Amino acid sequence: MLITCPYCGPRDVSEFAYQGDGNRNRPDPASTDLVAWNAYVYDRLNPAGAHNEIWQHAGGCRAHLAVVRDTLTHEILSVRFAREKGAPAHGRRKSGAKA
Amino acid sequence: MVEQLSPLAAAFRPGSHGNFVDGVGVTLSEMAPGSIVQVAAWPGEEKKLIAAISSITGLKLADGAGAGAVSERHTVFGFAPGKFLVTDTAEGLASTLASAVTPATGSVTDLSHGRTAIRVAGQKSEWVLAKLFAVDFSLVAFPQGSGISTAHHDIFAQIQRSSPDRFDLYVFRSFARSFWKMLCHASDEVGYEVR
Repeated sequence: MLITCPYCGPRDVSEFAYQGDGNRNRPDPASTDLVAWNAYVYDRLNPAGAHNEIWQHAGGCRAHLAVVRDTLTHEILSVRFAREKGAPAHGRRKSGAKA
Repeated sequence: MVEQLSPLAAAFRPGSHGNFVDGVGVTLSEMAPGSIVQVAAWPGEEKKLIAAISSITGLKLADGAGAGAVSERHTVFGFAPGKFLVTDTAEGLASTLASAVTPATGSVTDLSHGRTAIRVAGQKSEWVLAKLFAVDFSLVAFPQGSGISTAHHDIFAQIQRSSPDRFDLYVFRSFARSFWKMLCHASDEVGYEVR
């Protein structure tokens, strides 16, 4: 399984660390809404297909990445820096790639 | 000046080793630069940092992922978004960079004693390194001057291609000897010279 890091290009999955489900929305830390916190901690979609995930390129540039992976085929559908909002950015050694 | 000690110690055995009857495939050496410095820019300050590095090293650095350049005295390459490794054959680069990189632009970390620089040169260098790292070492994917970050198991390594058949590897000093031994084992097959 290869993940195409927006900075480093295609790399083996052994260089990456899984950081969990990318669909979670953390409630306001001051919130006491138990239902929202319960959902944040426990509720997972567990889809058979495209899944939003957070990975870290721990054995490379150490950037956190927002990855869409197909849980049935392990195909990586898109990768972008997790800190970036907006459209996923593909590409090997993208010129001008920044933090 | 304090005498610089190599972490490779007795594992560094100059001479030809392995299967070198048909010629030496790779040459392994320790570069021992005087300074190894990591500089990092805050988001949005990358261009200022690149300009500061260029003014000190005299090397022109393209604004792209992994871009780098090499001269007789300095090497520089990007290894992560907004982060660069800069070396100097002389000591004192960290203080020179610290005076040029303001706290508003980024940070300067002196790694001169924390990293060991190992040079792998020769026509079989791509072949040998491909045994250790799951990275495309071809000249097309890994152009001259550019750098990458990768890892061999848990030994983090930053690699720069300083010429078409020469790679400079920066590994943790505390892991350098075991990494060196492994590199020697990997080079055994093609014959290697240590110098």
